[in-house]
Amino acid sequence: MGESGSGKSVSSMAVMGLHTSRSARISGSIRLDGQELVGAKQDDVRRLRGQKMAMIFQDPLSAMHPFYTVGNQIIEAYRIHNQVSKKAARAHAIDMLDRVGIPEPRSRIDAYPHQFSGGMRQRAMIAMALSCDPSLLIADEPTTALDVTVQAQILDLIRDLQQEFDSAVVIITHDLGVVAELADDIVVMYAGRGIEQGSAEAIFNAPEHPYTWGLLGSMPRFDRPPTERLLPIKGTPPSLIRVPSGCAFNPRCEFSDRVRGDACTTERPELLPAGSGTGAHVGHGAACHLPTAERQQVWAQEISPRLA
Amino acid sequence: MTTPTTDRHADGATPAPDGDVLLSVEGLVKHFPIKGGFLRRGRTAVQAVDGVDFSVRRGETFSIVGESGCGKSTTARLVTRLLEPTGGTVRFDGQDITHLSEGRMRPLRRDIQMIFQDPYSSLNPRHTVGKIVGAPFRLQGVEPEGGRKQAVQDLLELVGLSPEHYNRYPHEFSGGQRQRIGIARTLALKPRLIVADEPVSALDVSIQAQVVNLLEDLQEELGLTYVMIAHDLSVVRHVSDRVAVMYLGKIVEVADRDDLYDRPHHPYTVAMLSAVPVPDTGRRQNRERIRLQGDVPSPINPPPACRFHTRCWKAQEVCRTEEPPLVPLGGPSHLVACHFPENVTPATPVSTPTPTA
Amino acid sequence: MPTSVISYIIRRLLAAVGLVVVISMITFAIFYLLPRLAGASPETLATRYVGRAATADTVRVTAERLGFYDPLYVQYWDWLKGVVLGTTIDTGAGTVQCPAPCLGYSFRNQEPVTPQVLDRLPVSFSLAIGAAVLWLIVGLSVGILSALRRGSFFDRAAMTFALAGVSMPIFWTGLVALAIFSYQLGITPPGGSYTPFTENPVQWAYGLLLPWITLALLFSAQYARLTRAGMLETMGEDYIRTARAKGLRERTVVTKHGLRAALTPIVTIFGLDFGLLIGSAVLTETAFGLPGLGQMAVDATGSNDLPQVLGVVLLIAVFVAVANLVVDLLYAVIDPRVRTR
Ligand SMILES: Nc1ncnc2c1ncn2[C@@H]1O[C@H](COP(=O)(O)OP(=O)(O)OP(=O)(O)O)[C@@H](O)[C@H]1O
Ligand SMILES: Nc1ncnc2c1ncn2[C@@H]1O[C@H](COP(=O)(O)OP(=O)(O)OP(=O)(O)O)[C@@H](O)[C@H]1O
Ligand code: SF4
Ligand code: SF4
Ligand SMILES: [Mg+2]
Ligand SMILES: [Mg+2]
Repeated sequence: MGESGSGKSVSSMAVMGLHTSRSARISGSIRLDGQELVGAKQDDVRRLRGQKMAMIFQDPLSAMHPFYTVGNQIIEAYRIHNQVSKKAARAHAIDMLDRVGIPEPRSRIDAYPHQFSGGMRQRAMIAMALSCDPSLLIADEPTTALDVTVQAQILDLIRDLQQEFDSAVVIITHDLGVVAELADDIVVMYAGRGIEQGSAEAIFNAPEHPYTWGLLGSMPRFDRPPTERLLPIKGTPPSLIRVPSGCAFNPRCEFSDRVRGDACTTERPELLPAGSGTGAHVGHGAACHLPTAERQQVWAQEISPRLA
Repeated sequence: MTTPTTDRHADGATPAPDGDVLLSVEGLVKHFPIKGGFLRRGRTAVQAVDGVDFSVRRGETFSIVGESGCGKSTTARLVTRLLEPTGGTVRFDGQDITHLSEGRMRPLRRDIQMIFQDPYSSLNPRHTVGKIVGAPFRLQGVEPEGGRKQAVQDLLELVGLSPEHYNRYPHEFSGGQRQRIGIARTLALKPRLIVADEPVSALDVSIQAQVVNLLEDLQEELGLTYVMIAHDLSVVRHVSDRVAVMYLGKIVEVADRDDLYDRPHHPYTVAMLSAVPVPDTGRRQNRERIRLQGDVPSPINPPPACRFHTRCWKAQEVCRTEEPPLVPLGGPSHLVACHFPENVTPATPVSTPTPTA
Repeated sequence: MPTSVISYIIRRLLAAVGLVVVISMITFAIFYLLPRLAGASPETLATRYVGRAATADTVRVTAERLGFYDPLYVQYWDWLKGVVLGTTIDTGAGTVQCPAPCLGYSFRNQEPVTPQVLDRLPVSFSLAIGAAVLWLIVGLSVGILSALRRGSFFDRAAMTFALAGVSMPIFWTGLVALAIFSYQLGITPPGGSYTPFTENPVQWAYGLLLPWITLALLFSAQYARLTRAGMLETMGEDYIRTARAKGLRERTVVTKHGLRAALTPIVTIFGLDFGLLIGSAVLTETAFGLPGLGQMAVDATGSNDLPQVLGVVLLIAVFVAVANLVVDLLYAVIDPRVRTR
């Protein structure tokens, strides 16, 4: 999770290998099931796309081709990676539409995307993404464009299908509620970097990064009595063309003066182990110059009471 | 097209007219005729707003929530008279403004202002911030004390921008700052009513909080009245005094904020509130969520009687044949339009179609 | 076929017929009314059809025979009846059968307009078809390649060339081309050499080669730019990203998902251009001395042969309308949103 422009989509597109070498330079390492994707042959990555890793996008209307039927688009996705007859693929597509909860899939399969409602389109996108039974599903803001009741349907669907298909899901969102509903592990991004990561419990109940604290204070809590005032983070997110030196959060950080010297403005903090390490799969980590003990103390004594 | 008669608000759905009410809306209707080819013109209409009643008291924040396409923005545009109502009345400060001509409406435009969702497209990119914020002065021919420039700079300061921003252009600002510019512009003529259509939806989480706080401060400082349109139920709960829930062009429930969130009566409200994702990992397992089936029907051909019956788990035959009136339930200020309301303690009579006012 | 599609087709068809009728009315009104407004009496009009030496009586009789004394709508109605049902024309020197579609009688040439016009049609049509095929091939492929290699040397060279092509006046290009290729180099035949396709296809193509290229030059440039812009826009669409995310080969992404959407607006423009091309072939035909409709219209206007002018205009109107109709129907085939609302 992270704010707009923090690099969530760019990261997930990199995993899918959807950046062209002309528009982006990618370094580092992406491993899918042990296989290195950075620097791998384009065609090899292409073969993985849709089959081993699949993606659904924010706006289900523009993400489907307006000129082809929903069925055709699902069938196409299936037949790229599976040598089956058109008929078998069609039966599979109907089955998939049925599984994502489209009523009367047999007749709806020949509908065009514009004949579906927003929620149904997103269901169809999910059917398409899951048609090859991928082990990784990336959902980039899958419910941002949907109404809250439809959002709840889609989140339920993703959770149910995740269990049914036993796939890993990466969900990208700026809605802390959605994160809490679905995520086991969370990475908080700021200005193109992960600044805190950990289990959902750790991020919500014992966060250690000042930016995470800020996020939690900025949003009205639906599950608590209404507070008098929200506690916004001052300033605005930085431009990624000129990222502040040192810790990218320093111009907006309330706590930088508690760090000795000028480390906050000169030295970029690394994502280091933090907290009690109660992560399910990833250990809790934060990128901040404040010592862990002090962060925990600030959270417990200053931030947490403010949020309650 | 005939104006549908709205005979049902007479029974206490609108509070007795008192000096406290700044804006009152009765039986408001807006139908958009659908233009087809020349062979099938004007036969059908989008019933975007179809008989809406509410009133807004001075100094309060009145919010309208509901699913996309239920008519929230249309209501906002009708109230500010950016759209011509098909039927019903809009009263501002006791004056009927429903069909005022543009000329007669002009002086009232100072009192009623609107904030739009998109902070990018609502500002002219070729005008400086000074010109944008000062435009209302020019349009209304007002010369504030101390000159326009001074007034604009004061406004910029009021919304948390720097007076030095006077000569800059909108593209030099971030989304939140642009929304502030838009707010400064609406404040120029010291309005009494501000209708804000999704004022924070396009903003980042951390920026949303800044703008929400700003709107609250301004309300306190200037005694503003807000009609707030939003779909984020957490934000609505934070800012509102009273909340109306719309479904397919009609208000199905109106109540004080805490009443609505703690004891929702209408099944749709109940479902909507239960669907809000809660940022608490502990709740995930033991939450009961009402799963609504299907999607919102089309406003071109809405279901008869109770419009929610196609998705309602409590629907009975009567729901398909008889439209439930918007009537008080369990208190004079909590109105609901449902034959079988939820969260009704046995102490309160279950069906109260008897008028109370 | 669902009823919505049928009703769509019927509506388009009606619109096309309406368009032709309106154009014919306007043309009729202009050519029959304007001289009156300029002060010409039925007699003065009739003098154009009889010799200078004719007596006042002959003139009056002629004017009557031509219906010049009738009100405008009667004259139009008679003309329209002729178009639909055919008519018999009293030329003064005996009557002439003019079967439907009778576009009138050219008193100057002493023969009905319809065969004359139909005689010219193949020339203009050949010119248009050949040029269109040429410009579509060149324009689309250059545009697509430019878009896919945006910023490359090819792209920049092609777009510079296209800009130059768009801004060159066709009459000038035509004359220069003629001067160089025919008269200087002798590779192509000189102007005015048209051989009907049915007679000798090779000669037909050979004779039209230069006009085709000249005309296509202008349009290819325009289409290359349009295609490039459309392609760039489409390739940035979300559904292209979806297609890639499925694991489709880039070639399939471009051809199956990109091209189909990018070419849709081009179909519309092409329909309009092709219809209008028949009409606007005037300059090309004049430059290359081709006996087409354009040249006929020029000649007829020059010699005040109103029935001929009307005939040409009507034919062109039919052409534009048909081209439009075809585009609309094609559009419905390409874009399901048009036919299934
Ligand atoms: N193709 C591109 N070329 C150049 N810059 C890009 C490109 N795509 C994204 N960016 C920039 O990279 C940064 C990160 O963008 P990204 O789309 O990942 O943000 P995000 O976290 O997904 O935000 P949002 O919540 O708005 O979707 C932004 O500053 C964006 O402007
Ligand atoms: N100018 C118009 N012409 C025709 N139909 C319209 C027009 N404006 C709105 N509508 C229709 O009226 C209905 C209500 O629209 P409105 O914009 O008020 O919804 P909304 O509640 O604001 O939705 P959202 O949350 O998506 O902004 C919709 O079905 C919409 O398509
Ligand atoms: S490193 Fe410094 S500026 Fe960055 S978050 Fe920590 S305290 Fe704040
Ligand atoms: S009136 Fe009936 S259908 Fe409508 S909300 Fe109430 S119970 Fe449901
Ligand atoms: Mg994104
Ligand atoms: Mg709206």
